[in-house]
Amino acid sequence: MTLAVSVRHRQGAFLLEAEFRSSGRLTALFGPSGSGKTTLVNVIGGLVRPMSGRVEADGRVLVDTQARVFLPPHRRRIGYVFQDARLFPHLSVRQNLNYGRFFTPRGERYADFEGVVDMLGIGDLLERRPAMLSGGEKQRVAIGRALIASPRLILMDEPLASLDEERKAEILPYIERLRDEIRIPIVYVSHALAEVSRLATDVVHLAGGRVRKAGPAGEVLATAGWQPKPGDAVFDDGPFSLVEMEVVGEEPEHGLAILRSSGGEWRLSVPRLAVGTRVRVRIDASDVIVATERPRGISALNVVAARIDGIADAGRGRFMLDLTCGSDHLLASVTSRSVELLDLRRGREVFAIVKSVAVQGMPMAVR
Amino acid sequence: MDWLALSPEEWTAVRLSVWVSTWATFVSLPLGIAVAWLLARRDFWGKSALNGLVHLPLILPPVVTGYLLLITFGRRGPVGSLLESCCGLVFSFRWTGAALACGVMAFPLMVRAIRLSIEAVDRRLEAAAGTLGARPAWVFATVTLPLILPGVIAGMILAFAKAMGEFGATITFVSNIPGETQTLPSAIYTLTQVPGGEVGAMRLTLVSIAIAMLALLASEVLARRVSRRLELE
Repeated sequence: MTLAVSVRHRQGAFLLEAEFRSSGRLTALFGPSGSGKTTLVNVIGGLVRPMSGRVEADGRVLVDTQARVFLPPHRRRIGYVFQDARLFPHLSVRQNLNYGRFFTPRGERYADFEGVVDMLGIGDLLERRPAMLSGGEKQRVAIGRALIASPRLILMDEPLASLDEERKAEILPYIERLRDEIRIPIVYVSHALAEVSRLATDVVHLAGGRVRKAGPAGEVLATAGWQPKPGDAVFDDGPFSLVEMEVVGEEPEHGLAILRSSGGEWRLSVPRLAVGTRVRVRIDASDVIVATERPRGISALNVVAARIDGIADAGRGRFMLDLTCGSDHLLASVTSRSVELLDLRRGREVFAIVKSVAVQGMPMAVR
Repeated sequence: MDWLALSPEEWTAVRLSVWVSTWATFVSLPLGIAVAWLLARRDFWGKSALNGLVHLPLILPPVVTGYLLLITFGRRGPVGSLLESCCGLVFSFRWTGAALACGVMAFPLMVRAIRLSIEAVDRRLEAAAGTLGARPAWVFATVTLPLILPGVIAGMILAFAKAMGEFGATITFVSNIPGETQTLPSAIYTLTQVPGGEVGAMRLTLVSIAIAMLALLASEVLARRVSRRLELE
């Protein structure tokens, strides 16, 4: 399925001007709050009528302001899972789940009630009223309700945002099963990097109502932590990069796992993972040291060859280096003094020494 | 206790009142829901005028409303003559006219109660129903209507109670004909105008109080049952 969106919409002082195309199994609309994610997903779902633009899903035109086409939500067959589950309070869980099936043309009903109920583990809740459910249960029922309508696409707007960590961990595997087993295309809105890097096959990175970057998750997320201008904080906790790695072995006596990225081999103390597992590893720019020669007699385990691809003044005496390491990007934060002393400039071959890493929401989606 | 027994004429007035009020309530209900929905949800040219028109009977002297009904729905009135020639529907000096007068007088109360409950409905639920494939008419029938049911019931009870007590407009429009248009209040009024009628007036007063109490109780029970079923989040 291919989703092609190109819209312009003004809402008060906010201007959304976004264009992207994705055929991923789970496309994440990702960015800080106020970046236009929800407006964009509402345009796809038909809850917002854009001032101008075009939305096409699977070759079907949903919106084309030039041709005066606007398909109302009930004719789009696009499921929507809202942040606040929005279950119908006057209906039981079973009636909520069956609500959409009634409106789906007979020939297009692919969802099987029992299968969905089993998959989401909500068999014991069927006769209850929504008021008697916990937050996590409500959200699972909301996913089931969208699914049983047999949609062609499912939109999820921050479905985990109102849940605590434990409940999030409860729901995430179900979304992964939707993506991998039912293989229904999903558009997923989130500002949480951990969710996006775990779930997304494709990412549309939004900021200030515009698309900063769109494409395969690995590519977009690699530099999602890059701050283009000082003070233009994308994330509260500083710039970072994400590198895709595959587990290739372990050194149990040292409690280390051996992973391989496109740029080299890494020894990381991460939770035990099966060989062949692919993960996304987050490396904070402040945890990367740059050396012009291969260092020796150093306690850091991870030293990889890299090339300086970009250099930017981050203000307050600090510079941000964009390093290429294989096909991956690494961000490194260095002082202006080091830049002068080591003559760090674009194109220079260096070594990156990484002090620590964090494995982000694993295991990740396999494209 | 003999004085408590209603005379046949008094029974007729009681039955007629209940009959007229029930008709007034149920016939105006669909229109009441439609107008309440329009006022709550739509912006259109002349909305203030519609709102004013609906509320007018609440503010006008009932006699004025009755007189206006007489000149429009009377046999020679523009609407009255039309309805008589096309559907054989006659209002003047019939119980149907009493029902019309009661319905018009009770309409603002019904619309008000229903409108408030429509405004209280979470529209995000309706949007959710839309994404599940429900056309707007279905959304209304399967989501909005069940959610406003307590308000609808409250509006019906209010309208019924108001219709039971309606006097001025009814007596002006359809007069005070025993067995045809003499409702409870008219009967009480007539009894107070004749010597020795006090006992009968008192009997009918007690009946009025009993019916009002029963209606309130019924609304209470119904509303409680509905809200238990909803268990609103």
